[in-house]
Amino acid sequence: MLKNMWTFLKSPSSAAMWFILAIGFAGGIIFWGGFNTALEVTNTEEFCIGCHEMQDNVYEEYRETIHYANRSGVRATCPDCHVPKKWTDKIVRKIAASKEVWGKLTGLIDTREEFVDHRRSMAEREWKRMKDNDSLECRNCHNFEYMDFSEQGNRSVKMHSDALASGEKTCIDCHKGIAHELPDMKGVENW
Amino acid sequence: MKLLSLLVIVVTTLSINPIVKAEETAVTNVNPGGLATIRGAAPLEETREAERLKRVIKDKNPIARNYVHQPPVVPHQTRGYRVDKNSNKCLSCHSWKHAAETGATKISLTHFETRDGKTLSDVSPRRYFCSQCHVTQADAAPLVENTFEPVESLGNE
Ligand code: HEC
Ligand code: HEC
Ligand code: HEC
Ligand code: HEC
Repeated sequence: MLKNMWTFLKSPSSAAMWFILAIGFAGGIIFWGGFNTALEVTNTEEFCIGCHEMQDNVYEEYRETIHYANRSGVRATCPDCHVPKKWTDKIVRKIAASKEVWGKLTGLIDTREEFVDHRRSMAEREWKRMKDNDSLECRNCHNFEYMDFSEQGNRSVKMHSDALASGEKTCIDCHKGIAHELPDMKGVENW
Repeated sequence: MKLLSLLVIVVTTLSINPIVKAEETAVTNVNPGGLATIRGAAPLEETREAERLKRVIKDKNPIARNYVHQPPVVPHQTRGYRVDKNSNKCLSCHSWKHAAETGATKISLTHFETRDGKTLSDVSPRRYFCSQCHVTQADAAPLVENTFEPVESLGNE
């Protein structure tokens, strides 16, 4: 059986098949690269604020916060906080984002008022996502292991060495509204 | 007819010119006359260079009050803390509900009273906007010398 296969593969008629395989392989690489490049493009701040829903609301608010401008000039852009770094998680988020494209097409959020009305439900999904992954995106930049408590303020040290260190709470439990205005916080834990 | 229009032109130019002149002199000759505010003297037509921004102190322990009923000053940074109809960042630590856990000073019960002395079950609207009375402190020298002595009863040395 194996031997039969081998003679078949060596025969001239199979040259065509080799050729097709090679093309397929090269094509795969190009497609893969292209796919990832497309992913890269959609992973930039420019892309996110290409939609007025994002530009006029969350982006304008974020411009006043520490993650847009600070003394060290290191920035956190939209995808840094909203798109997972791990490839599989990223794909999942990208697929979930088709809802955003749908929202765009159907004009879910045309005005500031519509955005504000919609904010609580969007924020809740983001909080849940971050709670579930233990604020992974924050931790990509802020590593608890390397936080120098002697450089932090009293309040930070108290909270970080207690609830955070013990794993009882995660960043997003205490740092809601770090980059945007908040929705009505009635009933939200700790508000 | 021609004469009339000429007359009109002459009269209008004559009447406009002095006004313009007066305005010019008014602007160029302003002199503070030796008067100065605590921020220094600047002739009106000049824009003074802005003062450098003062740095807000980072976290500190509570700062003693100087007199009875003084709104305590804020001993920490509050940059980016929003207080609006949706959320109140200050109360997320200083409210009675959270103060025990966060270690923050509780708001006083006067904050639950309306202006005609009724006590409400939550913070009174007139006390909701914290930074109207409580301000962060900068590391800055006093602009004017003064001889104020804080009251002893509040734990000042
Ligand atoms: C095609 C226009 C468009 C682009 C581009 C876009 N968004 Fe959105 N986004 C929307 C709309 C519309 C919604 C509301 C969708 C809904 O709630 O159904 C939304 C919702 C969101 C939400 C709330 C998600 C939720 O679970 O409710 C986040 C977070 C977000 N966008 C972040 C981003 C980031 C980060 C980028 C760049 C990678 C981006 N958006 C690019 C239109 C866009
Ligand atoms: C791309 C990296 C990055 C990500 C992701 C990120 N941060 Fe930051 N964060 C920074 C930088 C840089 C600063 C400013 C440092 C400085 O110069 O003081 C900062 C500052 C802060 C501060 C200090 C605020 C202040 O006023 O002093 C807090 C709190 C904070 N981040 C929380 C978060 C939380 C919560 C998340 C997740 C939702 C997050 N960060 C995600 C990079 C990041
Ligand atoms: C139990 C609540 C709590 C948790 C959990 C928490 N923080 Fe904080 N954090 C605070 C408080 C309170 C402050 C000080 C007040 C402020 O900056 O608003 C603070 C301050 C900070 C600062 C500024 C430090 C300084 O003093 O300059 C950074 C950066 C920060 N947090 C990042 C994080 C990150 C990243 C996480 C998750 C790994 C996290 N925090 C989890 C409560 C918390
Ligand atoms: C430092 C991390 C961080 C950055 C940078 C950031 N966000 Fe967010 N974003 C959050 C968090 C956390 C929430 C959850 C709601 C909250 O706490 O404000 C959120 C919520 C949102 C929402 C839901 C609506 C809302 O206001 O709650 C949208 C849409 C959104 N972000 C889009 C963006 C876009 C677009 C950018 C880039 C201009 C961006 N974000 C940058 C952390 C970030």
